[in-house]
Amino acid sequence: MASDPLDDYIDAVGKAMALPMDESWRPAVRANLQVSLRLAKLVDEFPLPDETESASVFSA
Amino acid sequence: MTVSDNLSAAEIAQAVASRKMSALEVAEAALARIAKHDSVLNSFTDVTADRARAAARAIDTAIAAGKSVGPLAGVPFAVKNLFDVKGLSTRAGSKINRDLPPSPRDATLIERLEAAGAVLVGALNMGEYAYDFTGENVHDGPSRNPHDTTRMTGGSSGGSGSAVGGALVPLALGSDTNGSIRVPSSFCGIFGLKPTYGRLSRARSYPFVGSFDHLGPFARNVADLALAYDAMQGPDAADAACSARPVEPVTAQLAQGVGGLRVAVAGGYFQKNVFPEAQEAVARVAKALGATNTIELPEAARARAAAYIITTVEGASLHLDRLRKRPNDFDPAVRDRFIAGAMIPGVYVDKAQKFRRWYRAKVLEIFKSVDVIVAPATPCVAPKLGQVNFVLDGVELPVRANIGIHTQPISFIGLPVVAVPVPLEPMPIGVQIIAAPWREDIALRAAHALEKMGVAAAPAPRGI
Repeated sequence: MASDPLDDYIDAVGKAMALPMDESWRPAVRANLQVSLRLAKLVDEFPLPDETESASVFSA
Repeated sequence: MTVSDNLSAAEIAQAVASRKMSALEVAEAALARIAKHDSVLNSFTDVTADRARAAARAIDTAIAAGKSVGPLAGVPFAVKNLFDVKGLSTRAGSKINRDLPPSPRDATLIERLEAAGAVLVGALNMGEYAYDFTGENVHDGPSRNPHDTTRMTGGSSGGSGSAVGGALVPLALGSDTNGSIRVPSSFCGIFGLKPTYGRLSRARSYPFVGSFDHLGPFARNVADLALAYDAMQGPDAADAACSARPVEPVTAQLAQGVGGLRVAVAGGYFQKNVFPEAQEAVARVAKALGATNTIELPEAARARAAAYIITTVEGASLHLDRLRKRPNDFDPAVRDRFIAGAMIPGVYVDKAQKFRRWYRAKVLEIFKSVDVIVAPATPCVAPKLGQVNFVLDGVELPVRANIGIHTQPISFIGLPVVAVPVPLEPMPIGVQIIAAPWREDIALRAAHALEKMGVAAAPAPRGI
């Protein structure tokens, strides 16, 4: 069976960041990640000028 | 004069200051109500009875000595358990934080309320680490809705909603990152103020998402909300996001009414995915305020998406070390959301923060021609405890993910909101009265007018 790209991503990032992952948690983590990535895509798709400042501003 | 459950904060303060009743009598009555009803409501996690009695006696002594006492003299209040309370570990709804040492000092807002004469009686239940819209907590049990104890309070300030809605205290404090003051206000049928981002100090409260965290009061009427708000305003160097603006009191302006205010209803996104009760409540408020048109907040769905991304990533960042070291001590549902949040690429957060600036500019444009925007606080009345899905227009939708859809696009850019309760039967539901940044006065005036017209009111608790 071909591996699933999102499961591969969870494995790779989890390992790189030393995040805990019990196999029984995986379905819920995966579902949450799927929702977040879907919503992130919505934000990503919105065109903004290159000059747009972030809303989080630091004052020295 | 006797201490009844229905006395407002203003009535209590007046009676105590004029020696018609003592602060100690008032505190004892609040403690008795908590003892009687909280085994059902489960709104308190800590009752600070000794501290409350000592504070009340000090107020009575000051009054007897002819000293002036503040505008909240003898008013019992309680705080969501993410506020530091001297001598208590700030648990923030978690198991893990119970291992923290006791707080050495109260949160700024507690200090300010006490300086105005209010009396702290305890700390309140909440969803773990504030990542919650239900008021359910796996460690402490759910807070229960005072109008129907089989239903949710909403969260994450669930104990605050339950304690004020259940008339255990006339005043409580909570936090609102994506809706956690407005949602429990809606479900529990009370008034809640989420001020402008940066208006009230968050010093010595446990954070969730620094970009969106707000603190604010709950009450059963608008005058009490304003009294508490006025007492808590002012700069605080201990909170990096707290504005340097001077105190701008609102209490004296409440009775100005809504004449001259331009009121609009939020359309589009805010009229989708709502139950008939929410539509009815918005329609009643809009009619009473003389709303003349419907406006569209541009890209509100995207604003909600951006708020969601920033929330999950900042929350994951805050708890990263605890996720690694104590994953089994989290509420599993919260842990799994945080782990997923830790895996979101950073570029999306940057894009979300840039989108936030774009959206803010567009919404501020709207406020050039509108003073008040009316929107649902929640899409539905309080769901049953443990309820997972609801059916809307024949479509089954997850409860948790949809409770905050109308609050998130508003707190995303820090707008001030008063959640007003519309006393529908059998359950109340809230409506957001939204104003431009720093115009809490306008939102509170409109809320006060709705109260005077009988359109908004906190119903007496029906479930206890």
